[in-house]
Amino acid sequence: MALEQLEEYVEAIYDIEEREGTAKTSSIAKCLKVAPASVTEALQNLSEKGYVRYEPYHGATLTGQGMELAQKVKRRHRLLEVFLTDILKIRDENVHDEACRMEHTLSDETECALCKMLRAPSRCPHGSLIQPCNREVADCTDCLSGEEKPSDLREEPIVSVSHLEPGQGGTITFIRGDQKVVQRLSDLGLTVKTVISLIRKAPMEGPVEIAVRRTKLAIDRAIADNIFVSPVVEKA
Amino acid sequence: MADQKRHRMGHRLRDAVGPASSCPLVDFTVVLAGNANVGKSATINQLTGSEQVTGNWPGKTVECAGGILQHEGYRIRIIDLPGIYSFSTYSAEEKISREFILSNHLDVVINIVDASALERNLFFTLQLTELNVPLIVVVNQTDLAAAKGIFIDTEALAERLGIMVIPTVAIHGKGMAALSDAIVQTAKNRTLPRPVPYGKEVEDRIGQVTALLPPDPALSPARWTAIRLLENDPDVLRLAGDHAPKAVAAARQYARELEMMHGEPSGVILSGERYHIAERIARSVMEIRPLSAGNIPVSDRIDRLALHPVAGYALIFLVIGGLLVWTFIIGAGISEYLIALLSSISPVHPFVAGSVTDILVFGGWTGLVAAATLIVPYVVPFYLFLSAIEDSGYLTRISMMLDQGMHRLGLHGKAIIPLILGYGCTVPACLSCRILETGKQKLLAAFLVTLIPCSARTIVILSVVATFVNIWWALALYVFNILLVIIVGRIAFEAVDGESVGMIMEMPDYHVPSASVVLAQTWARTKSLVWIVLPAYIIGGVAISGAYSAGLLDPINAALSPVTVILLGLPAVTGVVFVFGIVRKEITILTLAAVFGTTAFSSVLSPVQLIVFALVTMIYTPCISTIFVFISEFGWKKAAAVAASETALAIILGAVAYRLLSLFL
Repeated sequence: MALEQLEEYVEAIYDIEEREGTAKTSSIAKCLKVAPASVTEALQNLSEKGYVRYEPYHGATLTGQGMELAQKVKRRHRLLEVFLTDILKIRDENVHDEACRMEHTLSDETECALCKMLRAPSRCPHGSLIQPCNREVADCTDCLSGEEKPSDLREEPIVSVSHLEPGQGGTITFIRGDQKVVQRLSDLGLTVKTVISLIRKAPMEGPVEIAVRRTKLAIDRAIADNIFVSPVVEKA
Repeated sequence: MADQKRHRMGHRLRDAVGPASSCPLVDFTVVLAGNANVGKSATINQLTGSEQVTGNWPGKTVECAGGILQHEGYRIRIIDLPGIYSFSTYSAEEKISREFILSNHLDVVINIVDASALERNLFFTLQLTELNVPLIVVVNQTDLAAAKGIFIDTEALAERLGIMVIPTVAIHGKGMAALSDAIVQTAKNRTLPRPVPYGKEVEDRIGQVTALLPPDPALSPARWTAIRLLENDPDVLRLAGDHAPKAVAAARQYARELEMMHGEPSGVILSGERYHIAERIARSVMEIRPLSAGNIPVSDRIDRLALHPVAGYALIFLVIGGLLVWTFIIGAGISEYLIALLSSISPVHPFVAGSVTDILVFGGWTGLVAAATLIVPYVVPFYLFLSAIEDSGYLTRISMMLDQGMHRLGLHGKAIIPLILGYGCTVPACLSCRILETGKQKLLAAFLVTLIPCSARTIVILSVVATFVNIWWALALYVFNILLVIIVGRIAFEAVDGESVGMIMEMPDYHVPSASVVLAQTWARTKSLVWIVLPAYIIGGVAISGAYSAGLLDPINAALSPVTVILLGLPAVTGVVFVFGIVRKEITILTLAAVFGTTAFSSVLSPVQLIVFALVTMIYTPCISTIFVFISEFGWKKAAAVAASETALAIILGAVAYRLLSLFL
C-alpha cells in the first residue's frame, strides 16, 4: 500500500468517524470514490499495520496510532489550505483538491516553516480547527519570535477547549498564539498546568463557558480554539 | 506623630494647589480596588452613605470624586477604581488604575476580594502588595461563599500578608464598622504589606535588579519596578531606560535566562508564579466543607433556559423588548403629569419673542422642563430596571448569547451593553463604551450607539408615526433601525483601522439585585445627563428662542428647502424643525406643532411624510450633547465625521423612502 493511499484512507476514516461514529465500508468507498471491494481489502491491510480496528460488515475505527497519523495529515492539509488561500490566493473551489495532493509530500521541516509563516493559524478556510504541532512546548512564542530550539515530541494527545464536551475537563498543556494572547490568558488565571472544565458552549459557535479556579469565565470561541488541554480520563 | 502631621499637611497642600482646590479638605484618601463583581459599589455605598458621588472612572476629575466617610473624627475620601484583574498594560482601565495608585500618594488601598474565588482574587492582591502602599484586604460576600461550603480564615490570611483582613457582607452592611476602624488604623500606622517572595530563581533576579536601581522617586517602589522590568513591561522599560540603563540591561538579561529555563515569555512566567503563590495561600486559609444537598445550583438551572439555543434568544427579546415597552408606557404617563405640573408654574413654549430677559428666562425654562420631562419619566426608570437586570447577572448571559453576532460588526458580546443603554440616552451609552478593550472597538461601538433610537427619538417615533399612521409602521422603523445598525456596523468594521480582540468575561452567579448597587449604577449612568444633557437643553432653549426672536426661521427654511422639499418631499417649514432638533431630538415635535399651529399632524402631513420625518429624525446627526461627548472621547475629527456621515445617510434614506413609500401608501 503506497503511503499516499494509506494516508488518504486514514483521513477518510477520521472524517467519517467524526460524523458517524464508525466508518462503514460503503461510506469509505463513497468518500474515496473507489469500489467497496477495494475498501475491504485496504482495511484488512490497514488493520494488519495497526492503524485501524476493522470488524467485517460493521466498519472501521482508528487506533491510537491511526489517530495520530490522521491528525498529522489533517494538520498539514489545513495548513496548506490556509497557505493556498491567504498567500497564493488560489480559487476557493481548487483549494481542497490541491491541498489533498500536496499534503502527502510535506516534510516536517516544511510543515513547521509553513506554520511559522502563517503565524500559527487556528482554523482552516472552511472553519475546521487545526491541530497544533506535537512538539513539547507550552506556547508558540519561541517559534514565532524566531528563537526556536528543537523540542521533544509530545507524548499525550491534546484537545482544544472548543472540542471538549460539557462536563469534560483537563489540564492546560499548550496555548497557541503570540505573547499578547498568552499574557492576557495567564493574567486571568489560564496558565499552563491549570485544571479547567467546560461548563457549556453558547449556541451558534458562540463563546464557551469554562470553570477555572473556582470562577466561571465566558471565552470567545476563537480564543478557546487556541487553548489545549490533556483531557482527564473520565471517571466511571 | 510628627510624620503623621506632615503627611496630613501634604494633603492640604495637594488640595490647595492645582485644579482640585475646590475639593473639600480631607484627612485621608483611600481607594477601593479589586476584580469586577466583588461588591466594590456596595462597599463604597455602605461606607459613605447615600450622599456620595461615585466616580466609577478615575479620569481627570478623580481628585474630587468619591464619597466621604466620617470616622473617629477623620474625614476620609473613598474613591472607587474600575474592576480589573491585573496590572498589566492590557486595557486602558488597568493602565489608568495603576498610574492612579502610583502617582497619588494614597493613604490606604482597600483590596476587595470575593470570598468564593479567593485564588483568582489573590493574584491581584499580590500585585497590589508589590506597589508597597498601605493595604487592607476585604474578604467580601462571605455569606455566598458559606452557602457554597467555602470558609476563609481571615486571621490566617492577615498573618500571611502582614496587614489587616476584614470579612464582610457589604450588601447587608456586615463588617463595615470593623472596616472603618481598619481604615483609620492603617492610615495612621501606614501598615505596609509584607512582600510575598516568588520562587528562588525569580526572587534572586528581582533582588539583583532592585540593587541596580538608583534611589529615584520615579522608579519607586524599587521592587515593583524591578518586577515590571523583568516582565518586559513597555511603560516601565521606557521610564527606566533613561534613569537606570544598567538595571534595564540586567533585567533584560535575567528575563532571557528565565525564558530559556521555562520556554515561556517572562511575563507569563511571573503570572504563573503569582497564581502558584495565590493558590498556595488560598489553600492554607480556606476550608471547604462538602455541601449536604446534591442539587443542581439555581444558577445552573436558570442558565439552562437563559443559554438555550432557542429559548435563550426568545428570553433576550422578551426581557429587552419588555423593558422598553414598559418604560415607554409608564414613562408617557409620568411625563404628561410632569409637563402639566411644570407648565402650571410657568408656561412652556419654545418660541418666545420679546426682551432679552424674556428670551433667557423663558427659553431656559423651556429647556429645563424638556430635560426634566425626558430624564425623570423615561431615562431614569429605564436605567433603574436595566441596572437591576445587570446586577442580577443576566446581562452577562445576553453578552454570551450575542457574542458571535457582534463579531460580524468587529465587536464582541460586551458591546451589547452600550447598545442597550443607547435606547435610554446616547450620552451615557457612548461613555460606557470604555468597557471595551481596543480603541477600534470603542469607536465602532460608540458610532453604532448614536444610531440607536434614544428615548427622545422614541418619543418622536411614537407621537408622529404610532399615533398618526399606525403602530406597525412605528415597529417597522425599529426593525429597520436594527438592520441599519448591522449593515452600517459591518461597513464601519471594514473601514476603521485597528485591532479587535475576543471576549473574556467572568460569569457571576445569579443573585437578587441589591438596592444600593442598583441605585448607585443608575446614578453613575444618569449623572452624565445632569452634567451634559441638562445644560445643553437649557442653553439650547435660549438659543432657539433667540433664533426665533431674531427672525432666523424663514431664512433657515429657505436655505434648507432643496433638501427638505425636493429630496425628502416635506414642507419647507420642517427645515427649522430639523435644525432645532440638533439641540434635542424630541423638540422636533414641539417645533412641528408650533409651525403648523396644530398637534394633529395627520391634518398637515401625509402618512408618507410622517414616516419620512420620523426616519430622518432617527438617523440624522447626533444631538449636541452626544457630539460633545464624542469630541471628548474620540476627538473632533471623528465626531465631525460621524455627524456628517449620519446626516448624509439620513437624507439619502429619507429621499429613497419618500419615493418608495409614495408608490403604495
